[in-house]
Amino acid sequence: MSNIPHLLVHDHEDNVGVVVVEGLTAGTEMFCCVTHDNSTFTLTAGADVPIWHKIALKDLKNGDTAVKYGEDIGKVIADISKGEHVHTHNCKTKRW
Amino acid sequence: MASKYSNITVKGFRRENGRVGVRNHVLILPVDDISNAACEAVANNVKGTMAIPHAYGRLQFGEDLEVHFRTMIGTGSNANVHSVVVIGIEPDWTKRIADGIRETGKEVAEFSIEQKGDFETIRAASWAAKDFVHKATEVQREECSISELWVSTKCGESDTTTGLGSCPTVGNMYDKLLPEGITGFFGETSEITGAEHICQKRAINEEVGERWYKMWKAYQDDVIFAHQTDDLSDSQPTKGNILGGLTTIEEKALGNLEKIGRTSQYIDILEPAEQPNLGKGLYFMDSSSAAAECVTLMAAGGAVIHTFPTGQGNVVGNPIVPVIKITANPRTVRTMGEHIDVDVSGILRRDQTIDEAGDALIDMIRRTANGRNTAAEALGHREFSMTKLYRSA
Repeated sequence: MSNIPHLLVHDHEDNVGVVVVEGLTAGTEMFCCVTHDNSTFTLTAGADVPIWHKIALKDLKNGDTAVKYGEDIGKVIADISKGEHVHTHNCKTKRW
Repeated sequence: MASKYSNITVKGFRRENGRVGVRNHVLILPVDDISNAACEAVANNVKGTMAIPHAYGRLQFGEDLEVHFRTMIGTGSNANVHSVVVIGIEPDWTKRIADGIRETGKEVAEFSIEQKGDFETIRAASWAAKDFVHKATEVQREECSISELWVSTKCGESDTTTGLGSCPTVGNMYDKLLPEGITGFFGETSEITGAEHICQKRAINEEVGERWYKMWKAYQDDVIFAHQTDDLSDSQPTKGNILGGLTTIEEKALGNLEKIGRTSQYIDILEPAEQPNLGKGLYFMDSSSAAAECVTLMAAGGAVIHTFPTGQGNVVGNPIVPVIKITANPRTVRTMGEHIDVDVSGILRRDQTIDEAGDALIDMIRRTANGRNTAAEALGHREFSMTKLYRSA
């Protein structure tokens, strides 16, 4: 396995991570790194996800809170399976 | 306590009021929109000067007018400016701005157009501008401590890489240089939304934190909630942010706030374009999150170098302040390399640490202060955008 990560996660409490490679395809066994302490894990990509976009680290239910930086970044508005794409189609601001 | 950053020196321009500049501009400053043409004619006549045309300055009133005066006076007063020719349509507001700049001790010449016309005004102002150029070009750079620099930050076209790489790089720089005695600025009031609970706690004490929260809340109530037609999901985050993977304002705000690092605390809150008066330290300036407006306000507040993290590739510059672009996005480095001064994309590959990236930025600040032109300067980006609070009379 390459030492260059596919996915970066800010914090251990996070339930989403960021794709940092181009052309990620569904089924890829991703090498993932938690930047807080450089710990690593693996996760299978559940969809073709563009670089810089987010992937769910676990199954998320409609109404759950998306967590990144260990903080609330918005509400999940559709069920999302572990490994799938998280963006404006299934996650919304709680503000404004 | 001395650190490896304590002995860094730069060759700057020490001004009459003791402040250190890193550029030596002779400005031709219009008081109002209808004086732009005369200013541009003077700048065309006299090489080595720069006109900074803008869209406002007539029939403003109240706090909106105060922001205009602070922006004009602050821009002319900036330590990157050697001397200023001020031109306005009538003498009173022209004098107010010229006198405001004169308080720094630098040379200012003022001209008004009414009852003279553009020709006569341009003739007289060109003589003054030429005299200033001769004087400015004889001023020598001298050795100054890096601690004497005023360094601002604001990010733009953010994506998920800014929160991972370029914003923490700026934060690391502040954590290292604020203890050395630099003066710092951050802001972007709307863009703290979702991280306001963290930002409030980063104040030097509870009283400052409460004042900060009140300012942030007033913006939400008086501007956002008073004018919104939807949930702002198409404006904040921007379309570019969304392409870059940012989904919500909360996510954007948390990445944004990485720019103040782990230990830095702000000591006061500034009005738009207000100059700090509590001495060295970090200041929050109430400001728009639009790049050119924000950099213009911070330059008017006195910043002489701006550090600008970008993800998807914002190209903004400023007429008087060198804007250093930092990106951790490898595709932006590849597709828009001409705009990037500091490439920290190694952070995403985990072959560069935030500490190393912070040191690389500090070195670029040193080189920029010594005279290296930034990408934005080389490409002629001189965006000067006034903040307008409400409609003119």
